[in-house]
Amino acid sequence: MPFIPHTQSETASMLNAIGAQQIDDLFEEIPQSLRADSPANPQDGMGEMEIGQLMRERAAADDGVLCFAGGGAYQHHIPAAVWELATRGEFYTAYTPYQAEASQGTLQMLYEYQSMVSSLMAMDVSNASLYDGASALAEAVLMAVRANRRSKSKRILMPKTVNPTYRKVVHTLVRHQGIELVELDYDIEKGVVDPGSLNIEEGDDYTALVIPLPGYFGTLEDVHGLTDMAHKHGMLVIGCVNPVAIALLSPPGEWGEKGADIVCGEGQPLGIPLSSGGPFLGFLCSTKALVRQLPGRLIGQTRDLEDHPGFALTLQAREQHIRRSKATSNICTNQGLMVTAATIFMSLMGGSGLKQMASGSHQNSHKLADRLTAVDGVTQNFTSPFFHELVINLPKPADEVLAALVWQDIVGGIALAENYPELGENALLVCATELRSDSDIERFTVALEAVLAEEGE
Amino acid sequence: MSEIPAGLRYSKSHEWISNDAGTVTIGITDHAQELLGDIVFVELPEVGVEVEADGECGVVESVKAASDLYAPLGGEIVEVNEELMDSPEQVNDAPYDSWIMKIKLADEGDFDQLLDADGYAAVVEAE
Repeated sequence: MPFIPHTQSETASMLNAIGAQQIDDLFEEIPQSLRADSPANPQDGMGEMEIGQLMRERAAADDGVLCFAGGGAYQHHIPAAVWELATRGEFYTAYTPYQAEASQGTLQMLYEYQSMVSSLMAMDVSNASLYDGASALAEAVLMAVRANRRSKSKRILMPKTVNPTYRKVVHTLVRHQGIELVELDYDIEKGVVDPGSLNIEEGDDYTALVIPLPGYFGTLEDVHGLTDMAHKHGMLVIGCVNPVAIALLSPPGEWGEKGADIVCGEGQPLGIPLSSGGPFLGFLCSTKALVRQLPGRLIGQTRDLEDHPGFALTLQAREQHIRRSKATSNICTNQGLMVTAATIFMSLMGGSGLKQMASGSHQNSHKLADRLTAVDGVTQNFTSPFFHELVINLPKPADEVLAALVWQDIVGGIALAENYPELGENALLVCATELRSDSDIERFTVALEAVLAEEGE
Repeated sequence: MSEIPAGLRYSKSHEWISNDAGTVTIGITDHAQELLGDIVFVELPEVGVEVEADGECGVVESVKAASDLYAPLGGEIVEVNEELMDSPEQVNDAPYDSWIMKIKLADEGDFDQLLDADGYAAVVEAE
């Protein structure tokens, strides 16, 4: 039977049943100012040739923009083979199949993904992915609350150096579940959480500590000190990490004496292009001891009746279709297509390729720091070592500078004042990956000098 | 027909219970393990926790289902059978020798409210 969406008369009768005049009425609560309609919309009835031309023009308008913005989404090299293979018909789906075991190829691919991610993170297990880094952190928090049975408080220590968008998503997902997110301040000189300043007393009950690596400012937290401190006080440790950075830094499974208990993060840097915010890919790993609290799909390797190796969904009693309201999560899908791309990406890059990419990014961001801080009036904010992103302080408001740079096709970074008012309106988060050549950095520097030299209105 | 030893007491939620001076030992019945199939994991309650009668206090997971474990009587969890962490299949092999938890009763009189073997057999029969 072919799949035929509802007809106009069916749509009309459904609208009638709920008392709406037209489909647009369903979106009424979205403010008019946030809706994208004319003049960007193409006219009705345009031919294929005309619409093709229009789309090419629009796409070209996005080209050639030089990106120095990071903040959780990063522009890295993606080998051509990644999307050539990922978009083959055999792989081209966003989902784990519903007749899972009939699709051995998909299951094997997910199994390889899980193996690669858990080995990169030095953790026992990885699930088959979640929506994105932010929702993966929310699931990690919920998981910690279920898993840490010694803690009664449902209080999570959440440093302000965790990506502010992630913190908002976590808040949205956990606020009605009696979970309290306790904000941890950072050292204003160093740009990291100071383990010595935490003042956690014997007997204080916190369920878990979130440790970002790198933090939102690009800075490297004292992951070993923080992990040991948290474990000493009966907390679970949730690492929220950039997978590219982990190719160079201590993997979460080796933090401190016992390692992190749960690890999550954004998989976008692994072969997924920047595209207006998505689709992305969240990863979530844990120790074997916590696997029954790990949400999401898990693929395991097994043997069939004739002793052939095969792959199967495993530990499904954690999931919605079996446990209903008591499942580990109400989200039981994964990002199948993004996982496919990330898996192909990791297999093409290998451990050494990933390391090269990470060190190239690290070196370029240092060049960027040196070049930009040589500009009159520009200083670096924090003294801690950073991975591929840093905060600089401009002699002008950052959003004005960014707006001026856009005219020169440069995305100059992210203004921090909205989320970190204490840093002032001149603070700017900038990033350079392995893609940013010396001449790119030079172009940015020259453009910045010019913008800063302009008389303010 | 599954085995229902005469010397034990039972709950409608398929636990067996034996009493030793106000501390009861609890497991799941032969009938329950038959229904569940091969048991692969038992999530034990935490020692020291107070439970109410009919309150959830753990999970028995089999290859085909995960089923909540209920405290048939209220009180404090004083001991759990850690052996089941490593060999949950004991519950299938010998359900009446594989105890899961021990509860110190809040009110000893509650024990007498439980079903006896005949009463439980009638519950199973009715299913």
